[in-house]
Amino acid sequence: MHATPAPARPGDVYFFGTCLLDLFLPEAGLDAMTLLEREGVRVHFPQAQSCCGQPAFTSGQPGEAREVARSQLGLFDQPWPIVVPSGSCGGMIKHHWPTLFAGDADEARACAVAGRVVEFADFLLNVLRIELRDQGKPTKVAVHTSCSARREMNTHVHGWALVDQLAQVERVVHDHESECCGFGGVFSLRHPDISGAMVSDKSAALQDSGAVEFVTADGGCLLNINGKLAHDGKAFRGKHLASFLLERTGGKA
Amino acid sequence: MSARDRILGKLRAAAPAQTPVEPDVAGYYARHTLQHALPARLAHFSHMMRAVHTEVIYTRADSWPQALAARAAQAGWRHVLLAPNTAHGARAAQALQGLATPPQLKSYDRPIDDWKAELFHDVDAAFTTTRAGIAETGTLIVWPDADEPRAMSLVPPVHIALFDASRLYENFYQAVSTEGWANGLPTNSLLISGPSKTADIQQTLAYGAHGPRELIVLAIVPDDIDLAELEAAQ
Amino acid sequence: MSTHPITVHPARSFKANSHDAVNDPHLRKSFRGAMDFLMAKRAAQFPDHNELEALRSLGETVRQRCLAKLPQLLEKLEAQLTANGVKVHWAETPEEANAIIHGLIAARNGKLAVKGKSMVSEETELNHYLEAHGVQAVESDMGEYIVQLAGEKPSHIIMPAIHKTKAQIATLFHDNIPAAPYTEDVDELIQLGRNALRGMYLKADVGISGVNFAVAETGTLCLVENEGNGRMCTTVPDMHIAITGIEKVVEKLSDVIPLYSILPRSATGQAITTYFNMISRPRQPGEKDGPREVHLVLLDNGRSQAYADEQLRKTLQCIRCGACMNHCPVYSRIGGHAYGTVYPGPIGKIISPHMLGLNDTQDLPTASSLCGACGEVCPVRIPIPEMLMRLREEAARDPEEKVPHPLAGQGAAYSPQLARVWSLWRTVYSRPALYRAFSWLATRLRVFTPRRQLGWTVHRTPLTPAKQSLHELVRQRQSSR
Ligand code: SF4
Repeated sequence: MHATPAPARPGDVYFFGTCLLDLFLPEAGLDAMTLLEREGVRVHFPQAQSCCGQPAFTSGQPGEAREVARSQLGLFDQPWPIVVPSGSCGGMIKHHWPTLFAGDADEARACAVAGRVVEFADFLLNVLRIELRDQGKPTKVAVHTSCSARREMNTHVHGWALVDQLAQVERVVHDHESECCGFGGVFSLRHPDISGAMVSDKSAALQDSGAVEFVTADGGCLLNINGKLAHDGKAFRGKHLASFLLERTGGKA
Repeated sequence: MSARDRILGKLRAAAPAQTPVEPDVAGYYARHTLQHALPARLAHFSHMMRAVHTEVIYTRADSWPQALAARAAQAGWRHVLLAPNTAHGARAAQALQGLATPPQLKSYDRPIDDWKAELFHDVDAAFTTTRAGIAETGTLIVWPDADEPRAMSLVPPVHIALFDASRLYENFYQAVSTEGWANGLPTNSLLISGPSKTADIQQTLAYGAHGPRELIVLAIVPDDIDLAELEAAQ
Repeated sequence: MSTHPITVHPARSFKANSHDAVNDPHLRKSFRGAMDFLMAKRAAQFPDHNELEALRSLGETVRQRCLAKLPQLLEKLEAQLTANGVKVHWAETPEEANAIIHGLIAARNGKLAVKGKSMVSEETELNHYLEAHGVQAVESDMGEYIVQLAGEKPSHIIMPAIHKTKAQIATLFHDNIPAAPYTEDVDELIQLGRNALRGMYLKADVGISGVNFAVAETGTLCLVENEGNGRMCTTVPDMHIAITGIEKVVEKLSDVIPLYSILPRSATGQAITTYFNMISRPRQPGEKDGPREVHLVLLDNGRSQAYADEQLRKTLQCIRCGACMNHCPVYSRIGGHAYGTVYPGPIGKIISPHMLGLNDTQDLPTASSLCGACGEVCPVRIPIPEMLMRLREEAARDPEEKVPHPLAGQGAAYSPQLARVWSLWRTVYSRPALYRAFSWLATRLRVFTPRRQLGWTVHRTPLTPAKQSLHELVRQRQSSR
């Protein structure tokens, strides 16, 4: 029994796929949508969507970020929740759009959209109250949470809780689990040495954890760590939380 | 225009028109101050003090000079600095002189300039009183004065601090507010929480970096507190 | 630690410095170990999360209130200290501060100064200045002393010699302290340092120190320390000169209490430091020790620039605990020297641009993944990631653009080409038809994706678009239903 009443279970949601998933990890986006639909939710994907503006925002280009964000404001007319399968993009919209639009004519619209954003794992767990039935073989996974997701959205707890619902999956903790993987968007381009040192340590910690693979709910971290593992010729890989959950629960036969 | 005027001018030009709310320090400490009875407070004080290498000796108002003398005999201090003009200094001197091999007693009766080298090289231990204590952090409050100058709790390798345990505050805030420090502070006032220490070499803790290597607290415990129970509470 | 001698690492060469640092396995290991140790110790001091958060909020409120009243508080501090017999001096620049201090020492024909820990005196490179003017300045904080003997700079604001090994220190002491045997025993090393420095306190003409909090209400300088060298410097010599930044003033004595409660716990994970030294006046008639003359030098050095901007003003809330560097995944990879600035780590990235200008420091604000670990631990809740993004914005801003409070070096990272790239990005990503065309091309031409992608491919396989975008896959799925 839960102490607090769950938010009403919506019949419809918007899905904001994020620019990274769109171009580089579209399967993860589809898997997330499939999971939502399997739970009986109608998923709406506005075709005019592109990006939350984060790349420019963190690069000292708030003006450019605002214009891209502005182009997204009109895509979510219905009062449905907006599910974002990436903690850092969700955090960008939820926490930074209000300041990005402070004093702007579109401030109210931006805040209204921001207020409806829910991170994917949070949505599954706390809104849909999903009950996952594990159909896979016994395995061990490690979970990496993106930093902005952890600090702005508290999503590490959600990711853990979802993985922990899977009866045959042992979640192992990796060394310095809460530490950044070194992605940081433009940081990884501008400071390859430091970013490289961070992703080396992260990928080593994940491999040394005893896990067979790792999962994360953030596209940037996933591309970063998998890119490093592939570069080093390792077989170990990570996948998006949505794909992992779908796979374990028989959705990807 | 002076540097002062330029700096203040820049700051004034930029200072916000509205001052944010006043911090509610009193309210915070009203919520976060424990209300322990003295024995529990004292046990915590000693726990914290001992955790940082301080020796805490429980004693009584009538017997502390003997405790001091016993400790001096055990350590074999040869030169002890104290303030014979104070009541506690006189009692300490008397007890120390009663030892079989009494230490030579020194008093800080000249300005530091006149005996710096002796102070640095020829004093084994200094005995001073303290103003009060703080339980939360295991801290002594010391207000040096003309009788017991600043260097007494600093330069000699051992500092023996006489502490009236009935004057034990729960935390720093309680000490400052109860005693009205905001109305005026002496030339120098100190919080002392253990002997001098450093971890500057490979994070390895070492005592006696510059000040005393040893801090010994002679805690005068009120007669209604059982000493054995106090030790057991640790 | 790095075996090559530490020379000057200006912030300008941050990229080269950090390249060297991450490739020094010894440095990596020792900083990692030290930071893990400090993080664990801090965590142990805050078992009650709610108490921590309440105390952080109180610390933030105290600092913000004091900053809001900064000009009045500085005047009040000056008046109160003056009434107490402490002389107050003002310096806009490091040069002015150095000249004031040297003037005071020269007036009494001083030859030897002992110094307690002061990061502000590092800002002004005071030691160097004094040496050049015939005054020997000896650092007395054990870590600072080690660093000074080695001819280096501190690599951490709280633990200056955190980059040195026992063996290196043993050699340094053996080579520099007369009659010192070679020993790697830490207790013995500390005793060697203690004895050498005690000789200095005896001889010194002047003691120089920093200040942790300057209380306007009572005219009191508060110094936080464990070693007792700060007390030595402010007690034994006949003159004490304190130097601090203008932001260190607090209004009331009670303001100090929460700040001092959270400072040592955040910094080194100690419940409290050994000494909290409150100095309110010079030696009074009848008193037998303490300096007869006490001076306070208040330094601006770019702080008023940060102050002028409402957002950047928060930088000045800092109480210099070092927790942000202890928790920083970048600092723990590259150590303190690579930054090339007096203050390394996250606080260094946000304060140095005001001291040195963005021209020399533009690489610092970008050297962060914005993971937020710093802001999460900062005891006075400085939103460090926000400050970093703001400084990136100022560095990228067109240097010609007129803004209300321009920063020194505005536009240091501005390039018309880069600006065009971002404006192109904006055009594509804000127009659905263009974006659709772009992603169609990117996915269809994926085999032509460049093999080298700036810094990305140094450590990773190239980012290659999928065969079809999510937009397309969704469209297909819908039409197939
Ligand atoms: S910015 Fe915050 S965490 Fe960093 S040194 Fe300053 S007070 Fe400490």
